[in-house]
Amino acid sequence: MSSDSTQAAPRRPLRIVWIYPDLLSTYGDQGNTIVLERRAALRGIPTQTVNLRSDEPVPPDGDIYLLGGGEDRPQILAAQRLRNDGGLIQAARQGAVVFGVCAGYQILGHEFGGEEGQPVPGLGLLDMHSNRGAQRAVGEIVGDVAGELGVPRITGFENHQGVTHLGQNVHPFAQVIAGIGNGNGYEGAYSGHVLGTYMHGPALVRNPGLADLLLTWAAGHPLQPIDDSWAGRLREERLAAVLN
Amino acid sequence: MSDLPLRSQLAVALGRTAARMSRIAGKGDGSVIGGRIGLRLDPELLTRLARDRNLALVSATNGKTTTTRLITSAMTPLGEVATNAFGANMPTGHVSALASARTARYGVLECDEKYLPMVLAETGANVVALMNLSRDQMDRAGEIWLLAGKWRKALEAAPQSHVIANCDDPLVTWGASTAKSVTWVAAGQHWREDSWCCPECGGPLDRQGGEENSDWRCRQCHFARPRPDWILHGDQVVAPDGRSFPLGQLSLPGRANRSNAAVALAVVAQFGVAPEHALPLLGEVKSVAGRYTTVEHEGRRLRLLLSKNPAGWLEAFDVLQPAPGPVALSVNAQGPDGRDTSWLWDVDYRILRGRPIWVAGERRVDLAARLEAADVAFTMVDDIEQAVMAVPPGHLDVIANYTAFQNIRTRYGRVV
Repeated sequence: MSSDSTQAAPRRPLRIVWIYPDLLSTYGDQGNTIVLERRAALRGIPTQTVNLRSDEPVPPDGDIYLLGGGEDRPQILAAQRLRNDGGLIQAARQGAVVFGVCAGYQILGHEFGGEEGQPVPGLGLLDMHSNRGAQRAVGEIVGDVAGELGVPRITGFENHQGVTHLGQNVHPFAQVIAGIGNGNGYEGAYSGHVLGTYMHGPALVRNPGLADLLLTWAAGHPLQPIDDSWAGRLREERLAAVLN
Repeated sequence: MSDLPLRSQLAVALGRTAARMSRIAGKGDGSVIGGRIGLRLDPELLTRLARDRNLALVSATNGKTTTTRLITSAMTPLGEVATNAFGANMPTGHVSALASARTARYGVLECDEKYLPMVLAETGANVVALMNLSRDQMDRAGEIWLLAGKWRKALEAAPQSHVIANCDDPLVTWGASTAKSVTWVAAGQHWREDSWCCPECGGPLDRQGGEENSDWRCRQCHFARPRPDWILHGDQVVAPDGRSFPLGQLSLPGRANRSNAAVALAVVAQFGVAPEHALPLLGEVKSVAGRYTTVEHEGRRLRLLLSKNPAGWLEAFDVLQPAPGPVALSVNAQGPDGRDTSWLWDVDYRILRGRPIWVAGERRVDLAARLEAADVAFTMVDDIEQAVMAVPPGHLDVIANYTAFQNIRTRYGRVV
């Protein structure tokens, strides 16, 4: 993907690959694609989005890969196909940005719990493993993001039954202020340009700062600030609704 | 056993159960709720009330209240029909519907998708109508692949029940295909985002382009669309004997209601009502629990459309006045609506571009962020009344989700 021609063509569109919307798109996951496209466009960065079905090979030259939420069976199928394909693992190792939500987050780890609680192998892009907790975590979640990421307080909605244990080679994404997250006071995880969260569905909508972090990683340079407009108001409103 | 003591006992016992259901529903998933309620509910109550009646259960993500009403209307030639007309679609609602029509030989019961297995087991219903399954409020409705799997088990255990199912919906087809006898209705499927994978093996489904009577099959396994017995073609329904019936007499608008009507015709045919007798009776249904109702207010004609999930919004868009007719949108996130508004991002709002749009409701900022991202211009109002008074006298379409709809309906007049 890094040929000499890329630096001579700065207008190369940012390639967004939405991984398997036929399996991993239960609830508004499309919102993350829309928000990334929009916030890139507002800065004059063109984007090109691939909605990749699970019977297609993962293109290795994407800049940002998105994985959404899914039911148990589709989650297992998606993990199997991504492991067999190998394209996402290869892209991540070459520095591509990978953002996983809920079931997509769990898939990024070494292992997660299947529908009967059985261990299912993940992609191993994040040093963590997940299993099923005693009860579902359903509701608003708020957290303070790891300082080095420079992302303001996050707000989202979680709806999962997972408990995620982080290993040595991964950092917690945020410290939970309200909600459950990974189950031990932290929420999500990141390592390099791979980041996952239990904030399900359109997590980037309410968190323009997180959307910009992914875009910054992909662009390789800081981005000019833009007005968060209604998304910013939505973020403020949800934070106030949960914390007041 | 006198009538009143039994009904009193029912009310007390089921009231307790309902309270417990409500508490549990906030925490557990569908299978836990189903199991616990199965233990709590005295099986004899619903079973005894259902005994010696001809019952139809109607279930789907969308359209079950309307289809229940259509079927009930078309069955009136058979005599009194017990029904839960107002959407109380869980066992407590079924018990009160049957208890309040003790002499009715027939019953048509709308049934919540999750409760279908239990209600089928309790009632041994003669007919089960299954129309569509799509993503709904996930914080309370659960996951649809799992749900269809539960339908399969329930129908396998109920060989006495005849199933009427929409074979244009692959997940419904999978859910229904363990039944001993099935009438397949090609009732169409417009929302397809939950139907790209084979429910049997997870392989890719190959689908033809059209939204009605279009074939589908799995590329990897044997699972494929069954041959339909009834077929909806535009505004015509073709019966199994090849006769074609126009749906022009329907009063309810839109393709979703033509689909509901096709299923209703197949269901009542199972009870011996021929389509030519049923059709005029379907036309008598003009609004359903306030939905599709037009109310007059200060010279404005408000048409109220209820949409609770992405597939429902698609159907609401289908019946809007032609552009540039104004539209008001109102979204809440109370318990019955689902507390999570993520689903707004599954709706393609670009179709509203070029119309005057107002946004209201408790979650109007969520709507605003969504519309902005879709480049749809809008005006935000704190109260729906401001939108109503801002449009010139004439027609205004109002699309709202559950509690937002109820608020608007209460305010501008309840017409059933």
